[in-house]
Amino acid sequence: MTDDVLIRLEDVTKQYGGTEEPAVNSLTLEVIRGEVLVLVGPSGCGKSTTLRLINRLIEPSSGKLFLDGEDVTSINASMLRRKIGYVIQQVGLFPHRTIAENIATVPKLLGWDKKKIDERVDELLEVVSMDPKTYRERYPKELSGGQAQRVGVARALAADPDVLLMDEPFGAIDPITRDRLQNEFLRLQQDLKKTIVFVTHDIDEAIKMGNRIAILREGSEIAQLDTPEAILADPADEFVENFLGSGAILKSLTLAKIKDLELHQVPVLKAPVMRDKALETLQESEDSTAILLDKDDKPLRWLDQSALNRTSQPIEKSGRPITVDLQPEDTLQDALTVMLQSSTGLAAVTDRKGTYLGCATIESLANLIVSGQGSKN
Amino acid sequence: MDVGGGFAPSHITFTKELMEFIGSLWEFLLGRPEQVRDAIFEHLLYVVVVVGLASAFSIMIGVLTRYNVFARELSLAIGSVFLTIPSLALFTIFIPLVGLGFWPSFIALFLYAILPVLRNTVTGLEQVDPSVLEAAKGMGLTNTEVLLRVQLPLAWPVILAGVRIATMLTVGIAAIATLVAGGGLGDFIKSGLARLPLPNSLESIWLGTLLCLLLAFVIDLGLKVLKTATISRGIR
Repeated sequence: MTDDVLIRLEDVTKQYGGTEEPAVNSLTLEVIRGEVLVLVGPSGCGKSTTLRLINRLIEPSSGKLFLDGEDVTSINASMLRRKIGYVIQQVGLFPHRTIAENIATVPKLLGWDKKKIDERVDELLEVVSMDPKTYRERYPKELSGGQAQRVGVARALAADPDVLLMDEPFGAIDPITRDRLQNEFLRLQQDLKKTIVFVTHDIDEAIKMGNRIAILREGSEIAQLDTPEAILADPADEFVENFLGSGAILKSLTLAKIKDLELHQVPVLKAPVMRDKALETLQESEDSTAILLDKDDKPLRWLDQSALNRTSQPIEKSGRPITVDLQPEDTLQDALTVMLQSSTGLAAVTDRKGTYLGCATIESLANLIVSGQGSKN
Repeated sequence: MDVGGGFAPSHITFTKELMEFIGSLWEFLLGRPEQVRDAIFEHLLYVVVVVGLASAFSIMIGVLTRYNVFARELSLAIGSVFLTIPSLALFTIFIPLVGLGFWPSFIALFLYAILPVLRNTVTGLEQVDPSVLEAAKGMGLTNTEVLLRVQLPLAWPVILAGVRIATMLTVGIAAIATLVAGGGLGDFIKSGLARLPLPNSLESIWLGTLLCLLLAFVIDLGLKVLKTATISRGIR
């Protein structure tokens, strides 16, 4: 193992007074620099306790805690926590402070100067896709649940900690927003490369978010610790199997990204386009559908033969509108959803700026799953 | 024929008498400006000193006992006992120790003012969202920082409401200070009572009472300004 271990729990036990079984029983766990390690398990398995042992919100009864090779079991806990971002399900923004002040909490504790703090706040609000001008001076009560958690993440990132601890951060958010936040978060993590320990009870979320997953049972005992792919392909025991539930193939769709797909190129028409030219292009190709792009190469509509023949409408209003487009970081599950909703069975893929790249098709999806399965067996 | 004729004259009489009384009250007030000024000043001094010190003391007790249920309940119980002692008794029992005048009154008023502020400090600190505290600690705020930057600011509206109750209470009860030679607006009420039904006795009682009300009103206004100035827009 040449992996760079950033966090190491060594033989850590947490025993609460008055209980027989320890909440965490002699746990040894290593978190590698730059990875997202998900702790997942049924409620009461001790996953949150384990997370809180890392920033010593819970002090271990015995055992040792190492951060970046240094024994931090008994250093000043507040000083340790300032180096570790912490995001919780209830967010816990300070209601009496503005969004900017909330984000500035740790930098202020660390004594940064005001100008640097201001710049950092603006930068972070942009990182979590919130307009600094609009939101800086607002108060937490003026935010929706999803926005509050964005600010929660920004606040945890404020002093640029190497480590981020997240305790069911998206657990209290509606499914649609949760999905979006998860995707954004994964995108963010690509740039930030933080070391993240992420607690959830939702195995689908674990599979989607984790580079590695630790499935925990009672007493925070590790039932299996491996990559999502390996766990899905080869559950260690019955407990893990039961916990994974049914539909492992569908779950594996959240693992792969659209960028793993071989994109299909349908005929491309660029607005403005003449009807004759469009028909000609479509007839020359093997596809029955063409895609219409605007002058910035953003997908506008799907056009097929019958739509092009309907001369009663201008080309820009023919065919079917493209309302959703996918980006390379979205999961195959997202792609499948879009395809199933689209009349053409196609999903347009764009880059982050919205420029058209190609199409995802059911065939390309099936190919990837089959080849993925093949490589594992 | 005026059917309501029997009513109108008595109504007019009453209004007339009231106007006359207000007139003589005004004269009574103008006749002794220094006495009035001193009484107001003494009364105000009680309120400011007592409420100030009792609030500081009670907030401190509330803060110190915030993690200790037993100590907290004990101090609330003691505070309640003070408030149930008849005021006449509480003002007099300290005379053997501190003599007459300012001090027995100060001590009694101080003891009365404890409970409202303490009760509200405890409630205010208790109702701070635990997840906010969890986040604060998780970010690396020390216990003192959590207290000063999070708990107290969030409990402040409730604490301030307690301070307001204590102020109203003190303005009213400080009128009893006169019985232990402690001065204040109670002097007018006492001397009026002693001279009933002689001329100017009712005027004296009413003057003391109305000035108490006026004082309470003005102080309350001041506290409202303080509230607006010290409570964050985010929790208003």
